[in-house]
Amino acid sequence: MGAGHGGALTARFLPGDSVVHRLEPHAKLVAVLAFAVVVVATPVHAPWAPAAYAGYLVAVLGAAAVAGVGPGRLLRGLVVEVPFVAFAVLLPFVARGPRVEVLGLALSQSGLAAGGGLLAKATLSILAATVLAATTEPRALLRGLQRLRLPSLLVQILMFMIRYADVVGSELHRMRVARESRGFTGGGLRGLRVLAATAGALFVRSYERGERVHLAMLSRGYTGSLPTGPAPTVDAHSWAVALALPLAAAGVLAAGMLAG
Amino acid sequence: MQTMCNKVDVVHVPDGFLDPATSVSTGVLAAGTVALALNRARAELDDRTAPLAGLTAAFVFAGQMINFPVAAGTSGHLIGAVLTAVLVGPWTALLCMTAVLLVQAVLFADGGLTALGTNVTLMGLLAVLVGYGVFRGLAAVLPRTRTGVLTAAGGAAFLSVPAAALTFVGLFALGGAVDLPLGAVASAMTGVHLLIGLGEAAITVAVVGAVLAVRPDLVHGAQGLRTAAALQDRRPTAAGAAR
Repeated sequence: MGAGHGGALTARFLPGDSVVHRLEPHAKLVAVLAFAVVVVATPVHAPWAPAAYAGYLVAVLGAAAVAGVGPGRLLRGLVVEVPFVAFAVLLPFVARGPRVEVLGLALSQSGLAAGGGLLAKATLSILAATVLAATTEPRALLRGLQRLRLPSLLVQILMFMIRYADVVGSELHRMRVARESRGFTGGGLRGLRVLAATAGALFVRSYERGERVHLAMLSRGYTGSLPTGPAPTVDAHSWAVALALPLAAAGVLAAGMLAG
Repeated sequence: MQTMCNKVDVVHVPDGFLDPATSVSTGVLAAGTVALALNRARAELDDRTAPLAGLTAAFVFAGQMINFPVAAGTSGHLIGAVLTAVLVGPWTALLCMTAVLLVQAVLFADGGLTALGTNVTLMGLLAVLVGYGVFRGLAAVLPRTRTGVLTAAGGAAFLSVPAAALTFVGLFALGGAVDLPLGAVASAMTGVHLLIGLGEAAITVAVVGAVLAVRPDLVHGAQGLRTAAALQDRRPTAAGAAR
């Protein structure tokens, strides 16, 4: 994989010792979810909506600065948004309603507001989630989800998944090296057959590894549940720090509603 | 490494795309479905559920990164809903897709946290359960052969993609943030997703075929194909006698 210990899943984690890094993961999850809820609850067509988006942006960039997450990392986090940029850019052209002239183009007024709103909301939420992923290890995030009462079986599935995602991923990588060192270049239907055989073999190996892992765990006394330590307690101060982001956003929203 | 994580082809609904009422109702629907799936998968696999579903989820996660050539220079990505359902059964597959979506939302900010319910509804409930239903329906009519199973898997994979896309358009009509000419959007989405569905079907058939060739016992959807080897008398041959 070339990234040393870790791989694809921990690639987003940025080791550090900031206030945000030290927060309990479930407090951070609650904060990011609450922030997303506030952002989503902002009415798109309100005249003060752009000002509110700017306020949220300041809040989330402030959180990123405190956490030591640089602009490069934040921008890379935004790559997932690319397909929706296309959709949001199309909206002013295809939406119905009164038209306005922008640079000689007749654009739908509601489409402009909605497209801009969708883009702003998605961007803000992705930025907050990027800060979360950059300051919290995958395993810690799972502990947070467990603390938030995600069903324990689902938490276990996620644990096995993040534990073995890099193992399975590097198996895939070794298969690619083996393929290409034998002159495989891909393309065409023959390429599809070869890659399908790769994926099929990867499934068989993953499933068999699951069976072996299960037997290994049985021999260590596994009964269908994993022991967990005592639930971490979060004092009022940490909650206040964690909830600063959504509370700031909620303040912006309330100010907008009062002013508008 | 970076390119491995950025799968822009498998589109997830971000935050703010649908209004809160739609997000909450799809969230409740998704939570109920996942709870049912947890129950049913445990009944199928008991204490093997966690390791097997976890490893299968890791496989789906890795498999979505493979770039498959489909036809005439185009390539497709696997979504893997019907493929996983045919390989490990619908309930386990639903849990795998949920795990993948959760990891993508929490670790990669891919798909909004408030839209997680919508994404699970589209890729889990709809693509897996409806896709598997279509698969079983087709498999019941088609002959019980390898070709029959592969055809049913291909048909189901093909239909699952436009079905999820059309449901998304429907959700957008109910709770979208903007007034769109829905007919035009629906036909555009269907057109694009029929093509993506063709790619998904080609990949699904090829991968199921590859697994059927080496470990047919691991293909949940092909259980009907398994027949006990017929006992028969064998006359001693010259080679056998010499041994």
